[in-house]
Amino acid sequence: MVSAGYSIGTVATTSKMPRYQLYVFLGMVAVFLVAPFFIYPVFLMKALCFALFACAFNLLIGYVGLLSFGHAMFLGSAGYIAAHGAKIWGLPPELAILAGTAVAAFIGLVVGWLAIRRQGIYFAMITLALAQMIFFFCLQAKFTGGEDGIQQVPRGTLFGFIDLRSDLTMYFVVLAIFLFGFLLIYRVIHSPFGQIIKAIRENEPRAISLGYKTDHYKLIVFVLSATLSGLAGSTKAIVFQLASLTDVNWPMSGEVVLITLLGGLGTIFGPVVGAFVLISLEHYLAQLGAWVTITQGIIFVICVLTFRRGIVGEIARLVKKPL
Amino acid sequence: MFDFLGIPPQALFGQLLLGLINGSFYAMLSLGLAVIFGLLNIINFTHGAQYMMGAFGAYFLLQYAGLSYWWALVMSPLLVGATGIVIERLMLKHLYKLDHLYGLLLTFGLALIIEGLLRNEYGSSGQPYRIPEQLLGGTNLGFMFLPNYRAWVIVASLTVCLATWYVIERTKLGAYLRAATENPTLVQAFGINVPRMITLTYGFGVALAAFAGVLAAPIYQVAPQMGANLIIVVFAVVVIGGMGSIMGAIITGFGLGVIEGLTKVFYPEASNTVIFVIMALVLLVKPAGLFGRTA
Repeated sequence: MVSAGYSIGTVATTSKMPRYQLYVFLGMVAVFLVAPFFIYPVFLMKALCFALFACAFNLLIGYVGLLSFGHAMFLGSAGYIAAHGAKIWGLPPELAILAGTAVAAFIGLVVGWLAIRRQGIYFAMITLALAQMIFFFCLQAKFTGGEDGIQQVPRGTLFGFIDLRSDLTMYFVVLAIFLFGFLLIYRVIHSPFGQIIKAIRENEPRAISLGYKTDHYKLIVFVLSATLSGLAGSTKAIVFQLASLTDVNWPMSGEVVLITLLGGLGTIFGPVVGAFVLISLEHYLAQLGAWVTITQGIIFVICVLTFRRGIVGEIARLVKKPL
Repeated sequence: MFDFLGIPPQALFGQLLLGLINGSFYAMLSLGLAVIFGLLNIINFTHGAQYMMGAFGAYFLLQYAGLSYWWALVMSPLLVGATGIVIERLMLKHLYKLDHLYGLLLTFGLALIIEGLLRNEYGSSGQPYRIPEQLLGGTNLGFMFLPNYRAWVIVASLTVCLATWYVIERTKLGAYLRAATENPTLVQAFGINVPRMITLTYGFGVALAAFAGVLAAPIYQVAPQMGANLIIVVFAVVVIGGMGSIMGAIITGFGLGVIEGLTKVFYPEASNTVIFVIMALVLLVKPAGLFGRTA
């Protein structure tokens, strides 16, 4: 659906990455490996968390054509659970992150089950409304700490022997989590399952007539997307030692849409590029108050009117290869 | 006096009135969304910001031109509607051939810009706007005290909603509009200027939102973020009602406002979420919405 007006490019169903994509991927990994020695690791960790969040979101919009306007509910509620688990229950970080991710998966199952009953614009409105419900729940529930959020969450010791208090150590853990999510998504969209969800995006009635239970496929992708968003949210809460209402409120849902749109809907590397560009931009605009919001709005308008393929989508068109 | 399930009648009717007030805003806003969606196939995310612009319009007209509430009630919707027409001509026009989602994204971006600009100027705190002198005070109905301004809001919004319904469902202009919703190409072939009709429809929908904003100005404070949270609730209202029917939008809007008001009396913790819960239930039972047609 989203591909209306242009095609995102066909992807062969092979388990092996095409050579040029492999080079781009290895280049990306190489950059991430040396980056913390030149750039402030906390900033990089923030960008990586958002990159994973956007990749998860892109799985839904880019490959099934479903625009969720409520993805903050997965990021935010997973963050709360991870933070609560690490701080109050004293869970080690790996279990705290797993707990947050599991809760996001469960919320994704319920919300997805409701939302896939409608398509297109209604799907966006339903996910937005249900996310607002989760937001009010987080605002009123006792364990989230209301406006204060959960602060001073201990990072703890991963697997009992990796001390995460050092930013550099934490960075490589976040990088590993990001790469796990990225490769998982890559594997899913290049599997036979991935071919079917793309068929649903292009022409759902036809996929139904071929005998596919499209609702099952949509629900599975929705839950997967929610789970990985939850993974990003839990990791973010541990990294910043904070879970707050910002992560569960609707502007966050808009932000992940913007990151993905800017990077390129339905591209593999787009959400990562989008996340780094937008997070850097916000980093420099942070002192200017509402100008962050205004800039986001302007980028939205420009992207929709003149730049619908996004950064990576445009590059892919120039080199004539899907990226 | 009588008590109803242990709730004093003043509290019950007070919340009912508040529910009716909220309901009239839900009705006016979802009506505008439905009219715009019918012809443009765009969900106008800017609707909340345009409602807020209506309220700010009234505030500016009073502050800088000394124009009273009654002038604002006419001028502010016209001015905001005009900005809507500019937006349609410059931007939305280019999106009709694309996926509907791009319209949602563009109008979301516009809402961010408008709200950001006003927040830069006025911060997050609200600007007070006085109730017009003619509507100060209230009437004692025996079982409750009815502030005149609140009665006026309900009457005004009901009138506007029913007038819109009448124009769309019962006049020749409305017939053209409904025909263009079904099949724009055919209507254009009959010599009717459909692009102009689309532009004016968007302008009208936006003006309706601004009108609601002026009505809201004396009740809530005039604040940059007043539309943002409201529009999400209105989206839920639209999902519940379905966008197929004008009367459906009006009834759903008022009905949900009242239900929300009653929830505040009996179970206040749920009053923020009750509309979303109802939306989830409606999706389970009747996915197309109460008044919706399955496309």
